[in-house]
Amino acid sequence: MVLKQITHLTSIDNLTKEQINFILDKSKQMLNILNSKKTLNICKGKILACLFFEASTRTRLSFEAAMHRLGGNVIGFADASTSSAKKGESLTDTIKTVQNYADIICIRHPLEGSSKLAAKYCKIPIINAGDGGHEHPTQTLMDLFTIMIKKNTISNLKIGLCGDLKFGRTTHSLLQALALFGNEIICISPEELRMPNEIKDKIQNYGGKIFQTENLNEVINKLDILYITRIQKERFISEKEYLRLKGRYILDKKIMSIAPKNLFIMHPLPRVDEINPEIDNDKRCIYFQQAFFGVPVRMAILEIMLKI
Amino acid sequence: MKKEQKIRKIINGTVIDHIKPDCAIKVLSILGNIKDECVIICINAKSKKYKKKDIIKIENKFLKEKEYNELALISPNATISIIKNSKIIQKNNAKIPDFIKGIGKCRNPRCITNYEQIDPEFMVVCKKPIILKCIYCECNTKYIADKEEKIL
Repeated sequence: MVLKQITHLTSIDNLTKEQINFILDKSKQMLNILNSKKTLNICKGKILACLFFEASTRTRLSFEAAMHRLGGNVIGFADASTSSAKKGESLTDTIKTVQNYADIICIRHPLEGSSKLAAKYCKIPIINAGDGGHEHPTQTLMDLFTIMIKKNTISNLKIGLCGDLKFGRTTHSLLQALALFGNEIICISPEELRMPNEIKDKIQNYGGKIFQTENLNEVINKLDILYITRIQKERFISEKEYLRLKGRYILDKKIMSIAPKNLFIMHPLPRVDEINPEIDNDKRCIYFQQAFFGVPVRMAILEIMLKI
Repeated sequence: MKKEQKIRKIINGTVIDHIKPDCAIKVLSILGNIKDECVIICINAKSKKYKKKDIIKIENKFLKEKEYNELALISPNATISIIKNSKIIQKNNAKIPDFIKGIGKCRNPRCITNYEQIDPEFMVVCKKPIILKCIYCECNTKYIADKEEKIL
């Protein structure tokens, strides 16, 4: 089975369309199990190492919850300052050590390309849980799953990616997957925060179409999904530049009043000021449900990559 | 006066010809293990094809793959002749490879390769101008031989 060949998941382009569909099908099964309050023991005796060199709430906790729901155990750290990285240990040495303690590793690191480097030195599967401003493939799988649940398809939709498309790793991975499934993607960002050419170059041979604009109001009526992201303060070298660009796009009651009824608002969270909490109860705002789907999707990923 | 009389022949070693003018010193800097060998450098020699060129002759030195690759990045039009017993036994054009390892530096300040003790690795995505894609962070870097590489 081709799907058993997922050794590492460092980029969304590690996966074929068939593999993504398989993960989404498996995620649906996991969601049904979670909803029926059944327990699973398929990962009994297996250990997930969560190496988080950078802050996280949803990704780390949903990975941990997923492993616990599968009956497995979790080790790791949530802060690089509690690991030997603080003493100057290299990433490769950390990986060479931890691979002997666990069956699978998920890693978040502030530097780009770190998970790919980790995978090169690791004999057990590596999952990229975010590497700097580069990629976040498991977030993309839960984003696709959310779209699948809400729209019953992940193809031929009009999807707006809005905000910090330069440093936003979630949008870098999501753009590739959306293009792979033949969607029309509208990138909405200030000129300074446009989607990097390296990411756009990667999807040249995919089926999707990409458009670019700075004006959200101009395109919101055309969209099936609006995926908004925060401006990534931690990736800016200049605080002044961050302050200048912050607050460019804000979703509130006013803009939601002109948005289509069948539009869904997604966000990888955390948010800063780009979504006013006054719209949280609007049925079109599905970002907390999206965050919950991190658990069944990561259960599916763990099961598949552990080859259970 | 014939060229051979200006720059003396070597018996065994390598002749790198058609080096981009003013790049001989840069080429020399990437060649390892030549401190005990006789090196002849000619800068701004006349060239029919390129008007001017640099030439390097090194006794008892044969290029390694990494040196071939870096030479191609510095001077893509260079030719490399291997000399044995005063005869050219092999002549190759420098060829920019599709993949390079241990040469250059990823110019993305947030790339892991700038913090770990590992050889950077690049896919060559364009040969004119030379653009290298870091296989780790996927950032494109424009390779400029005589200056610092520039991030695109």
